[in-house]
Amino acid sequence: MSKDNSQQIQAHILDAYKIKKALKICGGNSKHFYGHEVDAGSLDVSEHKGIISYEPTELVVTVRAGTLLSELETTLHESNQILPFEPPHFTDKATIGGTIACNLSGPARAYNGAARDFVLGSRIINGKAEDLKFGGQVMKNVAGYDASRLMCGAMGTLGVILDVSLKVLPKPETEITLAHQCDINQAMYNMHQWVKQSLPVTASCYDGSQLFIRLSGSDSSVNSARKIIGGEVIENSPLLWQQIKEQTHNFFKTDKALWRLSLSSNNPPLDIPGDTLYEWGAALRWLKTDSSSAEIREKLETVGGHAVLFRNNTSDTPAFHPLSDGLLNIHKKLKNAFDPQNILNPGVMYKDI
Amino acid sequence: MTSPIDKSQLISKLESILPSTSILHQTEDLHPYECDGLSAYRNLPLAVVLPNEIEQVQSILKICNELDVPVVARGAGTGLSGGALPLSDGILLSLAKFKEIIDIDPVQRVARVQPGVRNLAISDAVARYDLYYAPDPSSQIACTIGGNVAENSGGVHCLKYGLTIHNIQQIKIITIEGELLTIGGSGLDSPGYDLLALMTGSEGMLGVIVEVTVKLLPKPESAQVILAAFDDLIKAGKAVGDIISAGIIPAGLEMMDKLAIQAAEDFVHAGYPTDAAAILLCELDGSQAEVKENIKRVQHILEVSGATEVRIAQDEAERETFWKGRKAAFPAVGRISPDYYCMDGTIPRKHLPQVLQTMAKLSAEYDLPVANVFHAGDGNLHPLILYDANIPGELERTEDFGGKILELCVEVGGSITGEHGVGLEKINQMCVQFDALELTQFHAIKKAFDEKGLLNPGKAVPTLHRCAEFGAMHVHHGELPHPELERF
Repeated sequence: MSKDNSQQIQAHILDAYKIKKALKICGGNSKHFYGHEVDAGSLDVSEHKGIISYEPTELVVTVRAGTLLSELETTLHESNQILPFEPPHFTDKATIGGTIACNLSGPARAYNGAARDFVLGSRIINGKAEDLKFGGQVMKNVAGYDASRLMCGAMGTLGVILDVSLKVLPKPETEITLAHQCDINQAMYNMHQWVKQSLPVTASCYDGSQLFIRLSGSDSSVNSARKIIGGEVIENSPLLWQQIKEQTHNFFKTDKALWRLSLSSNNPPLDIPGDTLYEWGAALRWLKTDSSSAEIREKLETVGGHAVLFRNNTSDTPAFHPLSDGLLNIHKKLKNAFDPQNILNPGVMYKDI
Repeated sequence: MTSPIDKSQLISKLESILPSTSILHQTEDLHPYECDGLSAYRNLPLAVVLPNEIEQVQSILKICNELDVPVVARGAGTGLSGGALPLSDGILLSLAKFKEIIDIDPVQRVARVQPGVRNLAISDAVARYDLYYAPDPSSQIACTIGGNVAENSGGVHCLKYGLTIHNIQQIKIITIEGELLTIGGSGLDSPGYDLLALMTGSEGMLGVIVEVTVKLLPKPESAQVILAAFDDLIKAGKAVGDIISAGIIPAGLEMMDKLAIQAAEDFVHAGYPTDAAAILLCELDGSQAEVKENIKRVQHILEVSGATEVRIAQDEAERETFWKGRKAAFPAVGRISPDYYCMDGTIPRKHLPQVLQTMAKLSAEYDLPVANVFHAGDGNLHPLILYDANIPGELERTEDFGGKILELCVEVGGSITGEHGVGLEKINQMCVQFDALELTQFHAIKKAFDEKGLLNPGKAVPTLHRCAEFGAMHVHHGELPHPELERF
């Protein structure tokens, strides 16, 4: 299904701009738990959908924001290509627009790059209802400020993404996952060493007792790496990473607050009570805990990282790590530059933005 | 109206925070700074300042902000688009003294460096850990990392390893108000907007970079290069698509046309086939097994694509020889023409035949030869227009021709600059690539960082007035959308 709904979206934003009425931007609502609830009428972008152009030999796809992530991935698979950042879906309604707006990436992120790394260009409607194009459909483009990447992770607060052009990559020929029984210190040591040896690692996870390492690439490079790394080849590699990416793995079955900690990978385990699942060579840590947000954020600040309250926010704890005064000031000014009436998803990330 | 700048007041304020040896303001001392790598444009600043401490940069910017003095930041001055061209009423802020590699973390594979550290010096310093810094602009021996971030520099390995933006983790900047901000973080992401992306490639318009944390990559176990000759440029272009369609992402994939091949061969004797219409250099890296396998596959693809000759470098020395010609292409062209003008457009690769044909037609029309060097894998063209600046009118004709090439790139869905930046050089073509609303949005972004417009004013983003004069403002359907909204 393909439909250009850009004019309706623009008209909707223009109406809201004129009367200064806030809008809650909705795609597939698959990430409704992420960030803060926006108390406003919704702007549905899910009807603006379809793949506009796809050139496998150019490694570029341009797609409307409301396109289902599953549909996009299926199309790429038919040409033996993938979204290298392996985005989570969370539900079957996930759209590419929401994926880019949240800049969420999966297990491959530490090795292939994040969603933002693959954005080549975008078309957005800003808070003044202006239809703007930034970047393009080419790998290298340094004309103008990189406003398309700025949209990644801005959660719609700077503009509603209409279309996005992404770099895609060939699907690896082979993929296997190796499991090692070890403690966290050994796991961290291994994760660092194997990457440093230039082995084709594309995912890593430590669940408290086992280290899982995914190898992807040509048959020959996967096989030679397998000999170096050793361990047991697990039976269903795609299922394991699917469960971790989609948070259907047993670890994620909890009513406790689920924190997403992002920090330098060489930090030893943090001294915060709770259970931790390690990903991305230990640069990403999922923490289930009853500890206070103040305690968690203070710990993360001491190591130069940040903490997102990802799921199960039962109080009014800010979901995202507070910004320094200087950065908050820039954020407010940028918000004002794109959305002076503060109508696009206000408060979804931070108060006043 | 801004009042004219009182130079003696400015110098005396600068002298209160900097040693006198770090302030240059006599005409003869200013000349070395009159231009960057785009030497067709020259201008003397009011003064050059050479701080070596972050606090000094903060104080300098505070003074400039207070006195409304424009500031142009400069690294090594190797930029090719005039981004570091001084302004007559402003100061030139050189970051050349910030040369320290502060910290190398081989486990996390990052290095924290000052902005004046040379690109290649980073790779040299981390080589003992078998690591390197991937972006390799051709000026890497001289260019500095601060400038690389400001320009989002690329190089020959972008297709596989990305641009500067993909290879940095954190930067520290000083705002025009003199405030130190840390952007990015020690992890793989940071809270809030992606200011790291916004700063990268912002050409000194938003802040002054005073520290960069770069990501390092493990050196690949093995690298191998294939040279293929073609009797037709279009066939060579198609072969590039065939390699990528086969699921292979080469570490480097470069193309040169006949004129570039001949110039390079005359200069460095790389053994290039000088009768070829085009050559492709395809480098593959990874594990030994993988490289061996892919070399065979690429060799087969090239033969099927109609290559007249396919050579595989037999050892490291031959690999370096193959690359030597490509790396020396610019100076080689410099030997066969009094002057040359290097362009930097990008296009979707499929439009290569059309772009090359039109370029040949334009070359005949303007009566100026063009040598083509092309980062073929990622569609980045570097046409080198050969001219003689001593012939009256020839530079102007060259610039006009260059502008036409860039407009052609935009027409086929590409960009006016892939890695050299807009600077002053391509500012008119920005009016072709972006419409009035988009340019207005850029100005609003700048204002969020630099209310008074003191950081590198007049570069990178043209005023709407300038575009109107250039006559290339893209106004859709004869009017701006939403005329009820305030503009300008």
